[in-house]
Amino acid sequence: MSKLIRMDHTGHSTVVEWSPDDPVAVEAAVEAFRAELDRGYLAMVTTGPGQAEQVRELPVEADLVILRLPISGG
Amino acid sequence: MAIAPQPQPLSPPLEPPSVLPECAGLPWRARVDEAGLRRVGAYWTLTTVAHVVPFTLAAIGLMLLNPLAAPVALVCLAHAWVIPELYAQRGANVLRPRGRADEEPERRAMGLLGDLVGHDARELHARTGLVLEPGRLGVWLVGEAGALLVPVSGRKVFSYCVKVDGRVQGASALPSGDRIAHLLLALRTDEQGFATVANLSFAGARWRLRRRMRREMRPALDAAVVAR
Repeated sequence: MSKLIRMDHTGHSTVVEWSPDDPVAVEAAVEAFRAELDRGYLAMVTTGPGQAEQVRELPVEADLVILRLPISGG
Repeated sequence: MAIAPQPQPLSPPLEPPSVLPECAGLPWRARVDEAGLRRVGAYWTLTTVAHVVPFTLAAIGLMLLNPLAAPVALVCLAHAWVIPELYAQRGANVLRPRGRADEEPERRAMGLLGDLVGHDARELHARTGLVLEPGRLGVWLVGEAGALLVPVSGRKVFSYCVKVDGRVQGASALPSGDRIAHLLLALRTDEQGFATVANLSFAGARWRLRRRMRREMRPALDAAVVAR
């Protein structure tokens, strides 16, 4: 089961879960993913030790997609 | 929560090597690279010398002219000492822990952060509050509102003030683990971009900054030096 989580005031929330071989769940996940991006979140996937990438389309086969807020210099 | 290794390749294909999207908002900033770090380091050294040398020479000159001017000479020496220390303090301040959220959000956030890093980094974070992350420019120590870069060579450190954008709703309510995780994911996405977006607070001698760091955080700097 793949998972889209959002880092927020609760620690993190699971936005949606889907199975890559379930088209209905995937469609719902894609919609939820886009809604989060529209809210200003950035989606990240871990691609290896110490490596992450930003994605703008839901990587359906990823186990975990993490939503983070933008950063800025303090 | 255990995170299984991500399958490769992901579908749909990932975009070309990520550039931190936050960089788009700072088109006037040159992308930080090793040469840029050296330049900035040299500039900070020059600035420190420009502060220290005149005050020290003035103190010596005053004493030579008239020993009765000793109090003024001492003030000059104090300036020569205090100014670099203030800069170092500013650099160390970026690593200071911020306010805590409630226990449950903190626990959940720490769980996620723990899944993002290895055992050693987890252990170091538990002791020091900082996450050690090797990069191409050097070894990073990531805190809640800033990061420290220990370059691959040399005795300088670079202290960056960077945090979750406070203008975004919900940013201020994030638990500490999430604040670090945000920075860590951004750093892993684009190290140079991360250093470009961040504001440089200090570049200078490692020993000077170490003295200004909280005592419990100093082992993290020592570990970063060993790890580079």
